[in-house]
Amino acid sequence: MLGLNKKDTSLLILVAALALFAPFILNPFPAGSGMAQFNAGYPDLMQRFVIFGIFAIGFNILFGLTGYLSFGHAAFLGVGSYAAVWMFKLLSMNVVPAIILSVITAGLFALVIGYVSLRRSGIYFSILTLAFAQMTYALAYSVLTPITGGETGLQLALDDPRILDGAASSDNIPVPGLFGMEMRGSSQLELGDWVFTFSTGYYFSAIIMLLSFYLSIRIFRSPFGMMLRAIKSNQQRLNYTGLNARPYTLAAFVISGMYAGLAGGLMAAMDPLAGAERMFWTASGEVVLMSILGGVGTLIGPVLGAGLIKYMENILSKINSDILHGWFAFMPDGLEDIIVSMIYPFIGKGWHLTLGLMFMLVVIFLPGGLVEAGQRISRLFGRKKSEDKSDKSTSTEPAE
Amino acid sequence: MGILEVKDVNKRFGGLQALGDVNLSVAENSCHAIIGPNGAGKSTLLNCLVGKLIPDTGSVMFDGQSVLGRKPYEINQMGISRVFQTPEIFGDLSVLENMMIPIFAKRDGAFRMHAVEDTANEKEIVEQAENMLESLSMGDKRHMHSASMSRGDKRRLEIGMCLAQEPRLLLLDEPTAGMARADTNNTIDLLKQIKDERDITIAIIEHDMHVVFSLAERITVLAQGTPLVEDTPDKIKGHPKVREAYLGETA
Repeated sequence: MLGLNKKDTSLLILVAALALFAPFILNPFPAGSGMAQFNAGYPDLMQRFVIFGIFAIGFNILFGLTGYLSFGHAAFLGVGSYAAVWMFKLLSMNVVPAIILSVITAGLFALVIGYVSLRRSGIYFSILTLAFAQMTYALAYSVLTPITGGETGLQLALDDPRILDGAASSDNIPVPGLFGMEMRGSSQLELGDWVFTFSTGYYFSAIIMLLSFYLSIRIFRSPFGMMLRAIKSNQQRLNYTGLNARPYTLAAFVISGMYAGLAGGLMAAMDPLAGAERMFWTASGEVVLMSILGGVGTLIGPVLGAGLIKYMENILSKINSDILHGWFAFMPDGLEDIIVSMIYPFIGKGWHLTLGLMFMLVVIFLPGGLVEAGQRISRLFGRKKSEDKSDKSTSTEPAE
Repeated sequence: MGILEVKDVNKRFGGLQALGDVNLSVAENSCHAIIGPNGAGKSTLLNCLVGKLIPDTGSVMFDGQSVLGRKPYEINQMGISRVFQTPEIFGDLSVLENMMIPIFAKRDGAFRMHAVEDTANEKEIVEQAENMLESLSMGDKRHMHSASMSRGDKRRLEIGMCLAQEPRLLLLDEPTAGMARADTNNTIDLLKQIKDERDITIAIIEHDMHVVFSLAERITVLAQGTPLVEDTPDKIKGHPKVREAYLGETA
């Protein structure tokens, strides 16, 4: 189907189903119950899952296929966001032109940065991309304040021209939408104690994520993807086989930069402001973690990794000591305090510690990331399930 | 005029004269061996031919065109393929994919974007690659992970990948180095077969005299960066200068 083989088609259908039913899957606990804080099915977080999923899918095309580790991909994300917000300010609150411009701008940026950085490989390439990203960040933060809004970030204002929309009629700043559908619009479904929220913005992002995922499958299975894997495998042989690695790596770099720009544009479409902190190097590091945690060079791995990290960032960090005391209240007082003080460093603001430990465990014991974990589990449960490997792990994680 | 003409090539690394006034002419469709003791400059010479090194002075002409200043991939596209001392293959890819890449390179040149087509739909290329593997009697290994093969098989695949591009000149850098006797003999047989079946010029650098004398039609002896003698294998065997410089009592 769609030019994919059977295995890839079922993978795509699985991801589509997960994306479609995410508001249910991610909300397993009734609202108001003690476990409700583990629910991830609210629009803001679900949007982040899919947007960072797109970011990671794109990053994986570069890092997973060619092995070139870019440490500056957040720059393209930030550039995409700025481009989208400018489009909202100048042209229209419709998200389509905004997203198109953010992809193009990020692609042009990637072309320039990639052209210079790809003269080197290995650690030197990583450092060059890091340097470019930090320069972009510094510029956005200070010198380019008229364009980027500097420290406060770029925001919409009432008196923005918005040529296509005409003058704003009300006193409110209009919100981004898709031909009249507001991105922040949502409807709720109450089933007993459960409350499920369906957000326009989430479904819009999810559809774009699915398209991006589909395109990445096509790239992985194409001769171009094979050449990229050959570059990772042995550049020497590639050169002596009459192939020029540079345009291949540059094309991969630009494609992954455009993915990052798309993610940045979507971020702005969900919440129309853009700040320089999106380009900071920790943001670039995060997407590296996502890819490695999920499984570098696999199709679904980066999406899983993005989901896991965003879940932890948003859910784990909200648990505080009061909640912990609540959980262990059944214990005798002394024991309760000991247990709580033992767990406390790993939650709330300490969620990075948990992430770090998990990252260590994955790198040491599961170099193939969550996808490898899934494969091992499915092997454990007999040969029958070995067909749909790499899918198993999705059930426990908020996949996108 | 040979297909490969090396004229007055000099290469110096700091104080070391690696190549001094090397002149070499390789006739079309011949098999030419370059031998010499360690440090004679054999590999330096080879690297000058494929664009990895640029000689300080002199010229290297392939089929009437200079190769100097061209990148390795450009030289390869001119029709020179190179086999390395340690087999250089795409270890992460399957054997079939390894074979498909040079065929793509032959059809599409140094770069062409096929980003959304399915590799499996490139029927012609898959077929050519499979035929090539069949002719190397590696058809049954096509879905193997190429890094997991034996060294002899890797060498076989590497030579096959070079042939898939139908080069006019095949350069071999110690193709049997570090190989078991059986693998060495297999490689010799393969090279003989290639020589008989194809219009191809072979230039070979080798330490193993058994390999050299079973394949070469002409031999150049290199010592301290300069060609000592160039002649047929029979004459080389008995040449006093060569004995002195290199062969010693084994010849």
